[in-house]
Amino acid sequence: MAHGPAKGVTRWLFTTNHKDIGTLYLWFSFAMFILGGFFAMVIRAELFEPGMQLVRPEFFNQMTTMHGLVMVFGAIMPSFVGLANWMIPMMIGAPDMALPRMNNLSFWILPPAFLMLASTLFMEAGAPNFGWTFYAPLSTTYAPETVNYFIFAVHIMGASSIMGSINIVATVLNMRAPGMTMMKMPLFVWTWLITAFLLIAVMPVLAGAVTMMLMDINFGTAFFEAAGGGDPVLFQHIFWFFGHPEVYIIILPAFGVISEIIPTFSRKPLFGYASMVYATSAIAFLSFIVWAHHMFLVGMPVSGELYFMYATMLIAVPTGVKVFNWVSTMFRGAISYETPMLFAIAFVILFTLGGFTGLMLAIAPSDIQYHDTYFVVAHFHYVMVAGAVFSMSAAVYYWLPKWTGRMYNEAMGKLHFWISFIGFNITFFPQHFLGLGGMPRRYADYALQFADWNMVSSIGAFIYGASQILFLYNVIATIVAGKKVSEPKTWDGANGLEWSLPTPPPYHTFTTPPDASVIEENSTVAH
Amino acid sequence: MSAEASYYVPEQSKMPILMAAAMGLAAFGAGRWMITGDSLMCILGVVAIATMMYFWFTTVIDENLRGLPSAQLKRSYVWGISWFIFSEVMFFAGFFGALFYLRNIAMPWLGGDGVGVHNPELLWNGFEAEWPLLHTPDQALNGENAKFVGAHESLSYPGLSGLLHWLPLYNTVILLFSSYTVHLAHHALKHGDNRKKFNFWLGFTVVLGLIFLCLQVMEYREAYGHYGITLTSGIYGTTFFMLTGFHGFHVAMGTLMLAIQLLRSFKGQFTADDHFGFEMSSWYWHFVDVVWVMLFFFVYII
Repeated sequence: MAHGPAKGVTRWLFTTNHKDIGTLYLWFSFAMFILGGFFAMVIRAELFEPGMQLVRPEFFNQMTTMHGLVMVFGAIMPSFVGLANWMIPMMIGAPDMALPRMNNLSFWILPPAFLMLASTLFMEAGAPNFGWTFYAPLSTTYAPETVNYFIFAVHIMGASSIMGSINIVATVLNMRAPGMTMMKMPLFVWTWLITAFLLIAVMPVLAGAVTMMLMDINFGTAFFEAAGGGDPVLFQHIFWFFGHPEVYIIILPAFGVISEIIPTFSRKPLFGYASMVYATSAIAFLSFIVWAHHMFLVGMPVSGELYFMYATMLIAVPTGVKVFNWVSTMFRGAISYETPMLFAIAFVILFTLGGFTGLMLAIAPSDIQYHDTYFVVAHFHYVMVAGAVFSMSAAVYYWLPKWTGRMYNEAMGKLHFWISFIGFNITFFPQHFLGLGGMPRRYADYALQFADWNMVSSIGAFIYGASQILFLYNVIATIVAGKKVSEPKTWDGANGLEWSLPTPPPYHTFTTPPDASVIEENSTVAH
Repeated sequence: MSAEASYYVPEQSKMPILMAAAMGLAAFGAGRWMITGDSLMCILGVVAIATMMYFWFTTVIDENLRGLPSAQLKRSYVWGISWFIFSEVMFFAGFFGALFYLRNIAMPWLGGDGVGVHNPELLWNGFEAEWPLLHTPDQALNGENAKFVGAHESLSYPGLSGLLHWLPLYNTVILLFSSYTVHLAHHALKHGDNRKKFNFWLGFTVVLGLIFLCLQVMEYREAYGHYGITLTSGIYGTTFFMLTGFHGFHVAMGTLMLAIQLLRSFKGQFTADDHFGFEMSSWYWHFVDVVWVMLFFFVYII
């Protein structure tokens, strides 16, 4: 166990090392980010002008579906699992993840699953075309036959997530160095612990939902068939019972990342550490009891609408606590604006905007106006892209020097940030106007009055898309030829056990747990 | 060096990626099976998964016999299996949720409840909501031409007079008893290391599991042959077969797990304080038992 990595490709195929597996996850998710981004470019190119120019409407539907599926399940979720793999053992002073071989398995079943999903694009029946939320009966009665591949791909992704999460929970609960108590854990570890719990709780429900679809399609059951006494609305309830916690699964690790970065560059400990932990737990709890706010228009009783409306608005309270704490951490700090910090600040501002539009959507009577319009698209891209993806970019810039022992190009990083920031807002801010104006989502064509803002949005999307090439270039250039750095702390204000290790860290770290004094010295929690 | 310091991190392993390939094969094969009707690839994949599980578990058992896992690693296994069982609980929760929603919300609406929100007369004229649902909305509207044809009779509680001929009651007694016998086996091993008693009660549990499965098969034949309860007989058949079917599958897995523990015991692999494989299988067995009690209550009785 003392020796370094194996030579050649077997290092990656057979590895049990948390850093290797983290790297695999990160690269895989970036590949999926590019693929899903390519689908998005097709969508925006078609919507550049009214009328049908580039693709057929059927193919457009496949693009919106695959874009959503690939980005959610292939890009964002695995990227944070990769981060968890790299960082959690180093942050809690553990020798590796608790179950290293299962860790390898939970990564390596992802490529076959996405290969299978993507291969449907080349099949005669075409790829799934029913939207990433795959509502029945679109995904059952009216689905292309490739829906069967989609169903089994989701099963595999679910198995991967559950195994990955079990591993993270076991690691956090069982592998902490002596002296690393729960309330001394860095917030990233806390948010991932809670995320892993959410994943274990809801991925099986998603597996159940796709199994019901499978049975309805192939074996004549009646879960979603009113003729047999079933109900398509049942699908929506089950899907969103998974789907709402899912959005917190995506955003909670991002909260964790931001809670590491803001204190570092504000040179102050995180404000209100304990309240952050409680707020995260409260968000996780609330996420289980608000799902039907996605379904205000399916014909629920008024009492149901009211309940889900008020319960949803409650989430603003713990989320507000978080935003308050981030801002208070920066307040009177000695702030410097390196690339990770720029992304983190943009995260706080843009995520808050996305949160506010979320509040607007939570109000049932108003949602009747916004439902299934581009306003919703704008809302969730503010939390998914400016939330999850921005925080992921921030995380890569923040920890890349630690991982590789090489410094990225700061000027290029800042350029990437500003182009991303501007491109993102040009893309998605006008979509609020489009939605309020009544443009429905998932349509390949639109009425003439939406032409101007659609063109603006498409131009923004091309800018944002192009800026990611800069990101990829910067990362590769850093790994290959970046300026070498060797001091343990890349950032002078950084805290946490990972910064007590050499840069780059040896293949195996903390084979013996760190001393209590080291834990104390590097603690991210204010004394 | 403390026990905490010697956590066993295995070297490189070929098992996970072979398992991943097997799972990929099974999944792709399953999709292909549904579309083309050709099951070969899926079956090969499942066989490959079973083979890899055999090698994987053999490796872990072997490592344990060599004393590699520390107390801390064993705690990781405990956390791992506990959270796995929790994920299984949530899987069943999804199907129970579907049952409750269909029975108590969707079906009454189809029958005309909540007038003003829905208008059943325009859609399923003549449908009356009643559980167990034996006459589907499809039949109410299309009569003979209906695709979803309800059952003649349900398997629900037949009243005191028919109690002795009611199969689910026997199944309940058998499964509850098997939970007790597996506990007796555990007790014999843990307190006194009585191997003979342990083997007896564990073997007894496995037999009970097999009897349960046989009775379940009989019940399915009865349901299809005499009661007309099928997968296509509307939501009653749907929820009945999906819930009891997944449960039955879990009983089969649990029985297999316990049978393997019995074989391991014959090889003399357990001691009074090191028998995690057995302990884990028994937790799984208790979980399966609890699910059955829920099923008995919600599917058969009320």
